Amino acid sequence: MRPGDILLALLIGLGIWQALVVVTDAPHFILPSPWRVALAAYKSRVIIIENAWVTATEVMLGLLIGTLFGVATAIQLAMSKTAERLMLPILVFTQAVPVFALAPLLTLWFGYGMGSKIMMAVLIIYFPVTSAFHDGLMRIDSGYRDLSVSMNAGKWKFMRHIQIPNALPSLGTGLRLAAVYAPIGAVIGEWVGASKGLGYLMLLANGRAKIDLMFASLIVLACLTVILHIAVGIIANRLTRYAQGTSINHTP
Amino acid sequence: MTKSPGITLKGQHRVGDRVLFNADLNIAGGQWTCILGRSGVGKSTILRLILGLETGGTFSGSFVASDAMPLTGRISYMAQSDLLLPWLSVLNNVCIGAHLRGKVPDIKYARDLLHRVGLSGHADQKPATLSGGMRQRVALARTLFEDRAIVFLDEPFSALDAGTRAEMQELAADVLQDRTVLLVTHDPAEAARLAHQITVISAQATQNWPVPETTPLRGINAPETLLCQGKLLQYLRGGAA
Repeated sequence: MRPGDILLALLIGLGIWQALVVVTDAPHFILPSPWRVALAAYKSRVIIIENAWVTATEVMLGLLIGTLFGVATAIQLAMSKTAERLMLPILVFTQAVPVFALAPLLTLWFGYGMGSKIMMAVLIIYFPVTSAFHDGLMRIDSGYRDLSVSMNAGKWKFMRHIQIPNALPSLGTGLRLAAVYAPIGAVIGEWVGASKGLGYLMLLANGRAKIDLMFASLIVLACLTVILHIAVGIIANRLTRYAQGTSINHTP
Repeated sequence: MTKSPGITLKGQHRVGDRVLFNADLNIAGGQWTCILGRSGVGKSTILRLILGLETGGTFSGSFVASDAMPLTGRISYMAQSDLLLPWLSVLNNVCIGAHLRGKVPDIKYARDLLHRVGLSGHADQKPATLSGGMRQRVALARTLFEDRAIVFLDEPFSALDAGTRAEMQELAADVLQDRTVLLVTHDPAEAARLAHQITVISAQATQNWPVPETTPLRGINAPETLLCQGKLLQYLRGGAA
């Protein structure tokens, strides 16, 4: 993605939006024009930034905690056959429960504050991170195992020096997915019950027929997600380049 | 280094109901023994068996070292694939055994070994920047770093081009002198150059093959090398009939 292309796509998007407003002649409380939304965003900038900050914090903490748990679980699964046999079915089963359905419960348990939203994000990314990383840990050339046995390597040393570095690109793949899911988790948590955050602000604006503010919040949320996506993409690329030993000569 | 022990292996290896091979193998201490045979006859299985690796079958019989000491921890292993870790520098790849055992590696020793295999200038590079031949040299240095009396080589040069392969054979013969080497290969020329002993293996039996009277390393185009190589090839082509 070149900056020029992004700018062009943005302009086209805005053009279509404006055209829709003109052609359908929709009232501003159904579909506000881009200009109206921009104005609303500017007027409510303080409240938007405050709430965006809350959502961003929830998402980041959710990502961090979820990744830590996911990585620890994947290593545990790869280290122990028993753990793998017992835990994999449980993991798959928990995936069958829609995490969204748990949102009211999480609010009940962890309260109206950030806690329940972070938990929501953690739960939603835990499985993708675990399964991607576990996959990477297990997908290893059996020659490395043979070599390690001939070198009298312990199981944990093999994990630390060979299996984990070898699985970093897979972890990157898991993180990319997580970056898309985590904001969804946080916002759904906010919809179910919150007094802060972009999800809350959207509901609030909707309730007061301030559709322009709702659009502004939505756009800020999208921007946050895109920034997160790009940042995590950079991290994932670095992990891959490190594992391939190509981090010095900068290949895109 | 204490004198390198020999190994005697006798027994039958089965995969399911099928007999993979009947082996009666005598690996002389401090010398190169080459195992030749057609693909799928279980050449590598012999190495894996003695190394204690998964073989996918069951072995009934025995293998013992000539000094009656356990073999575990006394054999280093080099395979066809170089198995270098792409994220580590060449130097750290040579030392990986120490890392895997949780020991502090002897960096000076590793650098000496890199010098011996002609790669002192590449210690800090990543494997991705090296050619196939250079990568296999690093693998050889890593094998030497283990400093074990017995070395198992599983077709280590078969993926290299002919010229590089000949160079690697010379280097390996030099640096592995006085160790007990068991080389699995499908290349009669390689066996004819390097072996003190040649064993041809088939499903029915293992057979000791006469080697030229000269001592290895033999010249690529020495008459005795070519004669031995030609006869071996003829035999292998005809199968074990």
